Amino acid sequence: MNREAAISLLIAAGLLAAPLLGNAFDEPFVITLATKVAILGLAGTGLNIALGYGGMVSLGHAAFFGLGGYVAGILASHALNYEPLFTAPLLVEGTTQMLIIWPVAIVVSGVAALVIGALSLRTTGVFFIMITLAFAQMVYYFAISWPAYGGEDGLSIYIRSEFPGLNTLNPLHFFAICYVLLILAIGFSFLLSQSRFGLALGGARQNAQRLATVGISPFRVKLTAFVISGMMAGLAGALYADLNRFVSPSMLSWHTSGEIMVFVILGGTRRLFGPAAGAALYIVLENTLGDVSEHWLLLLGALLVALVLFARGGVIGILAGQTRHA
Amino acid sequence: MPEPILQTEKLSKRFGAVVASDAVTLDLVAGEIHALIGPNGAGKSTVIKQVAGEIRQDSGSIRFAGRDIGRLDMVARARLGLARTFQVSSIAPEFSALQNVMLAVQSVERKTFRFLKPARSDTSLKEQAMSHLVRLLLDDRAEIRAGDLSHGEKRALEIAIALALRPKAFLLDEPMAGMGPENTAKLIEILDGLRTEAPILLVEHDMDAVFALADRISVIVYGRIIASGTPEQIRANEEVRRAYLGDEGHDGAA
Amino acid sequence: MTVSLIVEQLLNGLQFGFMLFLMAAGLTLIFGVMGLINLAHGSFYMIGAFACAAVAAATGSYWVGLAASLAAAAAAGALVEVAVIRRLYRRDHLDQVLATFALILVFSEGTRWVFGSFPLYLTVPDFLSGPVALPGGIDYPLFRFAIILIGLVIAVGLFLLIARTRLGIRIRAGESDREMIAALGVDIRKLYTTVFAIGAALAGLAGALVGTIQSVQVGMGEPVLILAFVVIIIGGLGSIVGALVSAILVGLADTLGRFLLPVAFDTFMDSSTANNVGSALASMLIYILMALVLFLRPTGLFGTRAH
Ligand SMILES: Nc1ncnc2c1ncn2[C@@H]1O[C@H](COP(=O)(O)OP(=O)(O)O)[C@@H](O)[C@H]1O
Ligand SMILES: [Mg+2]
Repeated sequence: MNREAAISLLIAAGLLAAPLLGNAFDEPFVITLATKVAILGLAGTGLNIALGYGGMVSLGHAAFFGLGGYVAGILASHALNYEPLFTAPLLVEGTTQMLIIWPVAIVVSGVAALVIGALSLRTTGVFFIMITLAFAQMVYYFAISWPAYGGEDGLSIYIRSEFPGLNTLNPLHFFAICYVLLILAIGFSFLLSQSRFGLALGGARQNAQRLATVGISPFRVKLTAFVISGMMAGLAGALYADLNRFVSPSMLSWHTSGEIMVFVILGGTRRLFGPAAGAALYIVLENTLGDVSEHWLLLLGALLVALVLFARGGVIGILAGQTRHA
Repeated sequence: MPEPILQTEKLSKRFGAVVASDAVTLDLVAGEIHALIGPNGAGKSTVIKQVAGEIRQDSGSIRFAGRDIGRLDMVARARLGLARTFQVSSIAPEFSALQNVMLAVQSVERKTFRFLKPARSDTSLKEQAMSHLVRLLLDDRAEIRAGDLSHGEKRALEIAIALALRPKAFLLDEPMAGMGPENTAKLIEILDGLRTEAPILLVEHDMDAVFALADRISVIVYGRIIASGTPEQIRANEEVRRAYLGDEGHDGAA
Repeated sequence: MTVSLIVEQLLNGLQFGFMLFLMAAGLTLIFGVMGLINLAHGSFYMIGAFACAAVAAATGSYWVGLAASLAAAAAAGALVEVAVIRRLYRRDHLDQVLATFALILVFSEGTRWVFGSFPLYLTVPDFLSGPVALPGGIDYPLFRFAIILIGLVIAVGLFLLIARTRLGIRIRAGESDREMIAALGVDIRKLYTTVFAIGAALAGLAGALVGTIQSVQVGMGEPVLILAFVVIIIGGLGSIVGALVSAILVGLADTLGRFLLPVAFDTFMDSSTANNVGSALASMLIYILMALVLFLRPTGLFGTRAH
């Protein structure tokens, strides 16, 4: 087993152990934090497919994350108010079943990623960064100005959605759901990166012209990866809404996009467990620096600048002793 | 003469004031190597780029394998069977040489959108890719990162990738550029055997290679084809001698 | 709806457009010369506004405050360029994005530390308060009118700077050929710091001006930054003319959209729905405009480079 695999296993075990210990020592807050790590790690794992494997520097993944969250919130609020979403052409009711909410969140964020990706991928480089950012901002402003689901104030979900056979209100159960989804997503990323499609995606990242010359459309490959990436972020968003029992436009804000990106880079791009490690580190920093000073964001910012300037390859890169870079 | 597989008709392209292609009419028939020669900046690469679809001609048409391809993009033309190499090597540098060829193989199989099965354990994919590396004498470099290959090996890798496309025609832009004499000799031998698989439009500065390989030669100067014919005809052509080869013989090429 | 109301909205759009231009010009200049994408550009906008508010409060003079905003933003720009940014020119865009994102955290939190979380307010200097009478009997706030004029003057000044001065020649050379300019013996480090400081100063000025009609608070720069990105995408990266045209286009479209769309929907919907749909659509209008431009001309209206 190489060093990165060992580190990955350690991260997976650590993330599993934390809430169990939290439970044993009656520190429910630890369980919440671990759940947050799993969910944000899932969003980061999604972004890693676009950003790491596909080389698409998307600064707009908050759009997909937030849309997933709003799907969960909207479906639940309709179910709880006994108001159907639509009556015509056919009756569509809200739901609090995770097994229905998730696919809807995935489809909605996937469609959004398809549209945004198809437009943004007409360009590359800095343009791509700015455009993904701008489109996410558009969704953000829409959420703010559309009053039906709370507008600027957001939308509270009074009860956590349900999963057959589990009590989702039990923090450990909910953590287990998020953790399993994270591991599944990482497993899927692994298979994807090793597959024929992963090969083509790597080709598109390294040299799009080369890929086109062998007759594979870099646009189609990248767009597909972008959509998959957006779908994972959307699923994470639905879970995040359930964790907080609240969705608001801040899930869609550019700041969220930036944070998801920070998780990925902090952990190490194209490292399978990089985003989860990055999210864990970020949340630990948030909570420890937060004790040091109320201006912990200043410290975090300075730390990130230093990391970019002097330590390339992310945390896993440093630990694994190789500083590969995107 | 048989029906040409590739035919350009009055292809023209300007870059600002520069006329890079001036009504270029060229064809390529089965079994031949057709060399396109001319001084630096004459417009050879521009012809290749237009045929491959990297840039769009201002006017004129391109027919390939019985259809008009002048408006198709690079991907579509590659899929129709045009395999092209670049004057400056263009490879996926982080992939191994083998992976670079595997990309071409999976493209030809039309099996790119497979998400779950590891490509590494796909023996047929690997074996096919390997066979092309073998032909270019690169088999012992298969696992080397393509970006770490020597200059000559990168040139050869590009040809292996082109081979893997099982094309109907090759477009090779200065494949020998920057190669030592030993590698050039090897490559001449390889290209010589290739023409029976698919005809080659060969842009090349190395006149020894050109006269050793070409069935036909076209000479381009300032974007215009000034002569076209067998190597003997070209050697004897007064205009060509004046404009390009130089009076002292065919070594005077730039 | 009266003519004067429409004229007023047009002028508001123009004023907004010029402010966006001040932001976009700096961004596009910095990208054009150094190839850097700077997310922290909005921080200079914020710094300019805070510097103006603090100095104006201390000295009692808005004009001293305005000068301070230019100086503070330029100084912050130069400082950051020397300390951090210049290490990023040779890095990929991902590193640039992450580092400048982190810089936003530093700047925003630093400003919060110094000034606290409560918004500050800038008051319009006396002789610019009150309305100006425009032809046709239209009253328009004099200060907003002054902002338009200042924006116009800066735009002209910037074009002259680039077209006529030695610095402008170097900037243009830097945009077209980086090796060339080094070969000419121009001190490229100094040039880069200068360009970055100029860009920061323009942003700081915009912040100080807008701070007078809105409140001055932490985070005020980011929404404007993203709009400036939209301006650049529409105008074409690296083109100052493109930035100007597109800034005014975006300013007008956004302002008029917010004003006209709800009214327009009102003609065939009940008025609360019309207001909702209209304002939701208006908030997305410029992004839809951006999508349209991208679809028709991926390089932007004035962009020539492929990216
Ligand atoms: N993208 C381009 N933009 C402007 N001029 C170009 C471009 N590509 C080629 N040219 C010009 O067109 C002419 C032909 O170039 P090229 O086809 O590369 O020549 P060759 O391959 O024969 O050396 C040259 O004068 C070159 O400078
Ligand atoms: Mg050439």
